[in-house]
Amino acid sequence: MTKAAVIVFPGSNCDRDCKVAVERSTGAQVEMVWHGDTTLPSGVDLVVLPGGFSYGDYLRCGAMASLSPIMSDVVAAAERGVATVGICNGFQILCEAGLLPGALLRNEKLKYVCKPIELEVTNAQTRFTAGYKGRRQVSMTVGNGEGNFFADEETLDRLEGEGQVVFRYLENPNGSQRNIAGIINGRGNVLGMMPHPDRAFEAELGSADGATLFQSALASA
Amino acid sequence: MRAKVHVFLKPGVLDVQGKAVEQALHGLGWGGVEHVRVGRTIEFDLKSADAAAAEAEVKAMCEKLLANTVIESYRVEVA
Repeated sequence: MTKAAVIVFPGSNCDRDCKVAVERSTGAQVEMVWHGDTTLPSGVDLVVLPGGFSYGDYLRCGAMASLSPIMSDVVAAAERGVATVGICNGFQILCEAGLLPGALLRNEKLKYVCKPIELEVTNAQTRFTAGYKGRRQVSMTVGNGEGNFFADEETLDRLEGEGQVVFRYLENPNGSQRNIAGIINGRGNVLGMMPHPDRAFEAELGSADGATLFQSALASA
Repeated sequence: MRAKVHVFLKPGVLDVQGKAVEQALHGLGWGGVEHVRVGRTIEFDLKSADAAAAEAEVKAMCEKLLANTVIESYRVEVA
């Protein structure tokens, strides 16, 4: 049986959503791992950093969470090639941890945006998006106040050139540069995205497109 | 020693809070206000007898936690 871990930081609020989403989409066994722990469960195939407001978003979103005790083992797992996905606050944490380039700024219009959103699947050849093959558009939701992706021009060119832009907004909700909604690292095993696949894993939630992402991630494990 | 760290978004990084404050000041009649930037100041006491060593230590703190140098620059005062 495949195994996933959801990291729980103080202030995470999508941790249980992620657990249920991964369990129901994939049948994997999902363990909740407290941020103060120092090791991930052995043999974990997928690590999920959930959304929320870790450490109250104090200082900078994701800054203190990126230095939590568990993060050294998350970084080590990512460096071994374990599939790692950061959603919303999890994306901010991955950037702060240096596992992904760039940073997430305050939304351009200073407004918290919470709504269903259409995404372009910019790269369907990643281990997270292989299941979207042949589909260019998927539906999820966003809920963020600091989801405005920023990187310098050189980094943005490189991300685009190397196929590391995985999702783009069809209508940019927060001012993100080049409409970027999700990026992957060079090795292709660390994905960060502001939209929530964990809030779109069953038709009853408005979309089941998020389930495909978790299925793809674990199918490649 | 008392350390003060000033952190601001780098020039060229959109400071939406600064923009909002600038518009508010314009609305209040201060039309001459330009280029508002909103940052943060972090202050703390630090056990250290040597100002140079303390400054180096505070800079290390900035690089590790207090600032995100992808988007922010910082300035350290130790006294």
